[in-house]
Amino acid sequence: MQYIFLIYGDEKAWAKLPPGEMDDMYGAFRKYSQALVDAGVMRGGSELKPVATATTVRSRNGKVTTVDGPFAETKEQLGGYYIVDVPNLEKALEWAGKCPGARLGGIEVRPLVES
Amino acid sequence: MLGRILDQVVRREGTRVLAGLIRLTGDFELAEEAFQEACARAAGAWPREGLPERPGAWLTTVARRCAVDLIRRRRTGALPVEALPEPHLPEPVEDPADISGVEDDRLRLLFVCCHPALAQPAQVGLALRTLAGLSTREIARAFLEPEVTTAQRLVRAKRKIREARIPYEVPRPEVFPERLEAVLAVVYLVFNEGYSATDHPGLLRPDLCAEAIRLGRLLVELLPGEPEARALLALMLLHDARRETRLGPDGVLVPLEEQERRRWDRAAIAEGTALLDGAVAERRAGPYQVQAAIAALHARAEKPEDTDWPQIAALYGALLRLAPTPVVELNAAVALAMAEGPEQGLPWIDRLAASDALVGYHLLPAARADLLRRAGRVDEARAAYGEALRLVRNPAERGYLERRLRELG
Repeated sequence: MQYIFLIYGDEKAWAKLPPGEMDDMYGAFRKYSQALVDAGVMRGGSELKPVATATTVRSRNGKVTTVDGPFAETKEQLGGYYIVDVPNLEKALEWAGKCPGARLGGIEVRPLVES
Repeated sequence: MLGRILDQVVRREGTRVLAGLIRLTGDFELAEEAFQEACARAAGAWPREGLPERPGAWLTTVARRCAVDLIRRRRTGALPVEALPEPHLPEPVEDPADISGVEDDRLRLLFVCCHPALAQPAQVGLALRTLAGLSTREIARAFLEPEVTTAQRLVRAKRKIREARIPYEVPRPEVFPERLEAVLAVVYLVFNEGYSATDHPGLLRPDLCAEAIRLGRLLVELLPGEPEARALLALMLLHDARRETRLGPDGVLVPLEEQERRRWDRAAIAEGTALLDGAVAERRAGPYQVQAAIAALHARAEKPEDTDWPQIAALYGALLRLAPTPVVELNAAVALAMAEGPEQGLPWIDRLAASDALVGYHLLPAARADLLRRAGRVDEARAAYGEALRLVRNPAERGYLERRLRELG
């Protein structure tokens, strides 16, 4: 079963991390990604650029409108994601708990709909 | 003296130079920085060495060198930045106007500045900055905000263009009409802010109107096949022709029917009317053509009583079908009242007031008050003027409403 880890956090706080801590975090993410690959559960993922680069598109009655900004303004922002393939939610939560992103913000774990 | 010439060169050719730089560097921020640097160097070199034969080409060449320097400096800077493009830019061309495709650069720039992925205030700011050549300080002054607010908005917008990779291109045919709509909207917004400044004493910001008209001319030049671009320029010229007569010596708004029509700018009216005729001949109707046609009918009437109100009411009906907004509806109701009598328009306005669509909009009670006054319903008119006065912010408009209220006794 596939799960997506939506990594939320305060991107302002993230940007303000001292360089040393920032490097440590990136190092931790690299290690974590490698662990997912080694375990054979990694299906993809990426860090996202800040919400200031977001654009929201809506289509109503055939008319597409495009606006600057994220879908909803929130205190914590979506900063990255992983997709993992594991047998069950327990396994997914176990992996999510190890994700470095969980230390700063939170990880929303959601199963993908199987097609 | 040379400073003035430099200003003129920047105004006339700056957009071209900047647009070309953006294409070469693929980086909006870098191009602008290089362009600023080139202008600073011109201010130093021209008084010393004399004005170059082709100032635009001089700026282009120097700006390119500055761009290469900036790329090098970023490379060797303390921060390891992401992969940068090679600092090898194509050879400078002699005269930027000579090579084909340069006009397309300006057109691309226009569409990037007004891209819907940017918030509208950012679109307006970018257009004034890069297309009209206004400084950040001038833009801040125009919109009555601290310079740092304007600067931050521009920086954020440019960063988004780079980070989210908004393409430097003319939109594809499927989305072209709506993107053009956004471009026209930005220009008209600048004009309207100049024509009826929200908070500014004196109602008018002629500087902003002039910038909007300049941008309108650029649009017509770059998009000769678009009737709506021509109609927008026509509309702005027709409104602007009345500028001198819209305020009395006391700084109070003079309504259309009391304006001194002899003083309307005949040349602007003639140009606007000719542009409109050309646009209408294309037989692709649009909201700016209808609005310009309404403005042309007002401009044509030598005396207020000559105004062709039935025709204007019909045009507002057409506008309501093309752009059904509450403000257009309010205008349509007033035109109907002027054509067929106040009692014909008032029920429509009352329905609009009841619909809550224009809550807080002072022109709704103001229009209602005006029609009630014409209908001789003095007490109701007085109450409506009072309501309008509670909402109005612009002092010139306030003065006019106060005068009307006084006249009712």
